[in-house]
Amino acid sequence: MSEVNGRDTVLASRGLTKEVSSPEGPLTIVSGVDLEVRRGESVAVVGESGAGKSTLLALLAGLDLPSAGEAWLDGIDLTTLDEDGRAELRARRVGFVFQSFHLVPSLTAVENVMLPLELAGDRGAREAAGAVLDRVGLARRLHHYPRQLSGGERQRVAIARAFVGQPLILFADEPTGNLDAVTGKRIADLLFSLNAEQGATLILVTHDQSLASRCDRVVRLDEGRVA
Amino acid sequence: MTGPLLQGIRSVLRDLRAGELRVLVAAVCVAVASMTAVGFFTDRVGQAVAMRSAEVLAADLVVRSNRPIPGDYLDQAGEAGLATATGTSFPSVVVAGERTALADIEAVSEAYPLRGSVRTSATPYGEARPEGGIPATGEAWADPKLLARLDILPGSVIGVGALKLTVTRVLDYRPDQGWSFVDLAPTLLINEGDVPATGLIQPGSRVSYRQMFAGPRQALEAFRGVVEPRLGVSERIRDLQDAGPEIRRALERAQRFLGLAALVAVLLGAIAVAMAAARYARRQIDPVALMKAFGARQTYLLQMACAQLVTIALISGALGIGLGYLAQAGLSWLLADIAGGRLPAPGLRPMAAGLVLALVVLAGFALPSVMAIRRVPPLRVLRRDITAPPPSVWLVFGAAVATVLGLMLWQVGDLGLTGWLALGVAGLALALTGAATLLLWLAGRVRGSAGASWRYALAGLARRRSDSIVQVVAFGLGIMVLLLLAVVRGDLLGEWRASLPESAPNRFLINIQPDELTEVEAFFAGRDADANLMPLVRARLTHIEGRSVEGMEFASDRAGRLANREANLSWASGLQEDNRLTEGVWWTDPPAPGQVSVEEDFARDLGIALGDRLEFDVAGETFAATVTSLRSVQWDSFRPNFFMLFSPGTLEAFPRTHIGSLHVGRDDGSLLLELIRLFPSITVIDIDAMLGQVRRVMDQAAMAVQYVFLFSLAAGVAVLFAVVESGRNERMFESALLRALGARRRQILAGALIEFALLGVLAGLVAAGGAQVCGAIMAERVFGLDYAADPMLWLIGGATGLLLVAGTGLLATRSVVSQPPVTVLRRF
Ligand SMILES: Nc1ncnc2c1ncn2[C@@H]1O[C@H](COP(=O)(O)OP(=O)(O)OP(=O)(O)O)[C@@H](O)[C@H]1O
Ligand SMILES: [Mg+2]
Repeated sequence: MSEVNGRDTVLASRGLTKEVSSPEGPLTIVSGVDLEVRRGESVAVVGESGAGKSTLLALLAGLDLPSAGEAWLDGIDLTTLDEDGRAELRARRVGFVFQSFHLVPSLTAVENVMLPLELAGDRGAREAAGAVLDRVGLARRLHHYPRQLSGGERQRVAIARAFVGQPLILFADEPTGNLDAVTGKRIADLLFSLNAEQGATLILVTHDQSLASRCDRVVRLDEGRVA
Repeated sequence: MTGPLLQGIRSVLRDLRAGELRVLVAAVCVAVASMTAVGFFTDRVGQAVAMRSAEVLAADLVVRSNRPIPGDYLDQAGEAGLATATGTSFPSVVVAGERTALADIEAVSEAYPLRGSVRTSATPYGEARPEGGIPATGEAWADPKLLARLDILPGSVIGVGALKLTVTRVLDYRPDQGWSFVDLAPTLLINEGDVPATGLIQPGSRVSYRQMFAGPRQALEAFRGVVEPRLGVSERIRDLQDAGPEIRRALERAQRFLGLAALVAVLLGAIAVAMAAARYARRQIDPVALMKAFGARQTYLLQMACAQLVTIALISGALGIGLGYLAQAGLSWLLADIAGGRLPAPGLRPMAAGLVLALVVLAGFALPSVMAIRRVPPLRVLRRDITAPPPSVWLVFGAAVATVLGLMLWQVGDLGLTGWLALGVAGLALALTGAATLLLWLAGRVRGSAGASWRYALAGLARRRSDSIVQVVAFGLGIMVLLLLAVVRGDLLGEWRASLPESAPNRFLINIQPDELTEVEAFFAGRDADANLMPLVRARLTHIEGRSVEGMEFASDRAGRLANREANLSWASGLQEDNRLTEGVWWTDPPAPGQVSVEEDFARDLGIALGDRLEFDVAGETFAATVTSLRSVQWDSFRPNFFMLFSPGTLEAFPRTHIGSLHVGRDDGSLLLELIRLFPSITVIDIDAMLGQVRRVMDQAAMAVQYVFLFSLAAGVAVLFAVVESGRNERMFESALLRALGARRRQILAGALIEFALLGVLAGLVAAGGAQVCGAIMAERVFGLDYAADPMLWLIGGATGLLLVAGTGLLATRSVVSQPPVTVLRRF
């Protein structure tokens, strides 16, 4: 354990495996993944559709539990925590950007961004949220509801929400997948520059070769295995 | 043609398997089950209660005559499967040693009484027990008054005409003893087989013959239809409809209580269906948009929607009917004791009614939403956030209210009750909408300064604005009907029973002569008893507003009978406790003579209005009075009451007697014996049995209402679940997202708790207000009872709302937060 839990290692997995039952019997969608990611590193996860990229991401972030193997986040074994323990860990150390944005529809832009801070019990959430929204260029959209924003604007709110808590690790699952090429490029730029500013670790799932090449390292998945 | 239908059916089956329809099916099921069970209930228990009151006649139907009645009716009844018995009664002197007394000889046949039972005791006014049969030949059961007059005890031999009989028991009660003013002589009950041996029945002697019949209602009605046209001139037919106003009033109230409980169950079920149907319709939006994008036409979609609704109606209707049947079985078991296992089996009608209900409720509540689906823009396929133009909340509710109103009338057939309940529900829905709008506005204002859980809760309320309003209205209506039922069950039933306290008068005194009055008053004053003495003048009503009553046509036979018989008149300076003025004014002090206050039902039957001049005839002398007020009378208070009450100074000149009523405890029998000894001409009428009957009707009504209350409770729970379920998908998604962002279960549950608690308290408080207003109006207008608003209801309402809504909400949210977030997020 010590070799995967060194000083600089913020994310690690050993023999990470996910099995689900399907109409055709048990199906292994992630199989024996060993991974080690250092602080500040950016890693692209690529692979064909159905290769298990999203599943791996969910396992590493503690959104789901593996059938076998272990995963460590900031040195803590996720499999030893309960649902609430994992949530608390995420609240302090993890940011998310999803392909389909996933904003809370009942909250305004600024309220969406405030959420992670409030959930972690931080004070001054409103000021911090305003500042990050300003940074992503949405200073004039603070009190708009998600339905009043365009796809690109929504993803910028999502990015602001992901960075507002200055997370240790940022998970992004095809953050540009739902956007046109130009907007997608802008969002990617924003993601990388914020990541650089905060020195966060980035795990990026993508189909986009050019996006993957901007990362320090590329991990290729093939039928659930690291190729 | 088969395309859309098949597709509709298939999609319903798919949804059923996926568990998506459980709340809708459960809601329809509960509504149908309460309807079938309650239909059975009001009908069959109504019959059971009627059977109870049939004891007044000792049968369901009686034919009376002062000549021997030929045996044809008995044969006819035997063929129709009715039970029969016969009775002969005549006055006769009874001899015991030196002493004699006049008695009413009641000779009865083996099966007597067909309804109720005779009770006897071993000693006068001793502990009574029900008898299984009638006196054996050579034996007699005697009224304690007869024994007192003859100065003998059971075991003595008495002479009736040529026959010697041994008194074996003291007669405590016989079902048809009656208590009319003419029932003067004490009873001696003997076996009909002994009658010839008395030699007392000779041509010209005063004998009353009767034949008694009992059996299932249809058979009775058919029998009555055959017999009535053939009745001889001296023969009279009597059934329950002719029972006294006391029992009838009690029965009417009992039926209304049941009707109300039934309405509540159906209404709640309907609200649950409305909520579930709206959610169902919303869930159809995506598939419909897709099919539209692929080119499906409007009619195709509509046919498919109808096929879906009919399929759901058939499935849930069948389930509901099954459940209703089970409930009926439970009911028969529960009431076996009361109904004596005589509850007839339910027929096919409730089944048909249940299916119709399922179709009507689903059409009423789901069709408006489903019609709106047709307008779903195909664009929704591309942009998920474009929703269907929201099916106008008012359209849905309008259709719902119309459907429910129709159902209520159909079910209970009581316009007053239905009307007031409907008005109450409509008023409350408005008040709830207003209150909910206000709450949401307030929530919007405090939201900025609230913490995460609060913000999340308030934001949830505000975004689902119209949903939240509908939820508050549905919760509120649910809670109100439940509270109302609690009010009715507790306060109104209590009020009703309190109107007949243990200390209610149980003896009537009649025939008190004016010259005895002061002594009698002194007798009671000396024994600390209150005998409610009132004067009584017998008179005939001759003219109303100058028109002769004799030739008048009346709305009903009853009215005609009332008008043409000698009436009992009285006077009083003040209004009696159990009377209430409904029109006009009571006379001032000192009162001007020549005024009369008329009981309202009597006035209506005879067409008497305020200000009318009434003329009377007292043994050839005439007088007139003007109607200055109308009164309602609580007949089941068992105090002396009169259709027509005059101002002092009007009747004093006419010959009169006095009557009174008093309560006599079990151990005070000696008081009456003493009274009779001192004033032999006074007749004491024992109405304990009558009181007992009214009390039994009340108890049965209370029990029945409680049973139906269970259904209302189930329906209320269905409403709660339907409301909570209606927001389930959004809640599921949001909570998964929040947990991905690091929210702990506790935080999410706290947010949901706050949201539901706010909804619940608000709905509960408004519902408490609604229940009180409705309760007060119904008490007064429908049940004719006094109802004092209970301030505790506010507390109970708020607490009920909080507990029920927050509890159900938490339960629903728990299941949502227990899944790993990724499973949920994948779906969106
Ligand atoms: N709960 C589940 N039950 C059954 N199969 C599942 C489940 N979750 C994922 N799968 C399957 O596992 C495989 C991997 O899914 P995953 O979403 O991780 O792929 P992906 O690499 O992210 O693909 P894409 O690039 O298309 O998003 C797929 O074939 C999917 O059908
Ligand atoms: Mg994926």
